[in-house]
Amino acid sequence: MSPQESTESTTPAPGEGGHRWPLWEVFVRSSRGLSHVHAGSLHAPDAAMALRNARDLYTRRNEGVSIWVVPSDAIAASDPDAKGAFFESPQGKDYRHATYYTKSEGVKHL
Amino acid sequence: MTQSLGDASASATRILPSSSPRSQARDGALAAGAPPGNALRPEDIALAAQQGAAKPGEDVANYALRLGDDALILAQRLAHWISRAPELEEDVALGNIALDQLGHARSFLTYAGSAWGKTEDELAYFRREPEFRSAHLFEQPNGDFAATIARQFIVANYQFPLYRALVNSSDPLLAAIAAKAVKEVDYHRDHSTQWVLRLAGGTEESRRRMIAGLKLMWPFVGELFEDDALTARLGDAGVVPSSLKAEFDRATAEVLDEAELDVSAYPMATGGGRQGRHSEHLGFVLAELQVLAREFPGASW
Repeated sequence: MSPQESTESTTPAPGEGGHRWPLWEVFVRSSRGLSHVHAGSLHAPDAAMALRNARDLYTRRNEGVSIWVVPSDAIAASDPDAKGAFFESPQGKDYRHATYYTKSEGVKHL
Repeated sequence: MTQSLGDASASATRILPSSSPRSQARDGALAAGAPPGNALRPEDIALAAQQGAAKPGEDVANYALRLGDDALILAQRLAHWISRAPELEEDVALGNIALDQLGHARSFLTYAGSAWGKTEDELAYFRREPEFRSAHLFEQPNGDFAATIARQFIVANYQFPLYRALVNSSDPLLAAIAAKAVKEVDYHRDHSTQWVLRLAGGTEESRRRMIAGLKLMWPFVGELFEDDALTARLGDAGVVPSSLKAEFDRATAEVLDEAELDVSAYPMATGGGRQGRHSEHLGFVLAELQVLAREFPGASW
């Protein structure tokens, strides 16, 4: 490596177990009136930089009017292995949908 | 006026929500011809020049050439960071800033070139080093991340008040280019400010590097605010460089004070970039920038 190259755009390689920025989850609102939707995740040293990185990474093509960032470890997630116990119970329980019921005779304004 | 210059066929890809009736109406409007946001693009300027609607005088063209060269050389420098920044996220941040600067360069050079029957590419790729009019700051090597942030901090605090004032230019196209650029440069200012504060207030090592970066870059501040015969002749069409110095001093001092950094002792370099006298660095930048276009004239991909 020539001396010129060695002074150009250099970033010291992080050592073993070197410092890493924490992970953040990014939520982007695509336009007024819609809700924030999970767009992805990124690394940033703090919340202020996470917002800026999110702007650079997830709104480059006009996707958003508002951004939320949340530390990834602040999110409690359901266990994918417990999918059966968690999410299969409602199957076949049609009576939980309003469309299951027929309108009684004589009821107005329904 | 920007609206009438629209050219829908060249509009960039944009992700639009596609399900609601409202967004379908918007898609319809897009198909009918208005580029989203009505941002002024270099293609619009080239079209206006072709139609004879925009042709700058010699002085305005030379002024646009200075601003365009500043942005072009900085874009080339910053692009070198892609894949080399401390984190992937900073690769993208610096890459975005580089692309913003490249966009400004394309607009300014397209406009300047229309005075001489030259395209932006002819100006970027086929001028020799002494024909470039960029200030020395922009060609300074990237150094480490802190040195690049120091350069960004100076550039953004110079370009922001410059473009904010240029919005009121008596030249409608310079004003239109500045109106688009000022919002982007405002973000560059924020990006560099955040990093100056964090590097200065981070670890002993990051503070040492921030101080070293400012010491490297600060001597090139002086040249940015030098008036000359061209800026005097421009009158209401341009911005007198020295008139921006007070705002630059105020805005940078605010951040540097908070970061407990002192740049008052650094001497000023002699400059000369506006007359085409450059440091040893520009030739290498241009070699990399121009080699493909010169090796394969007319190449496209």
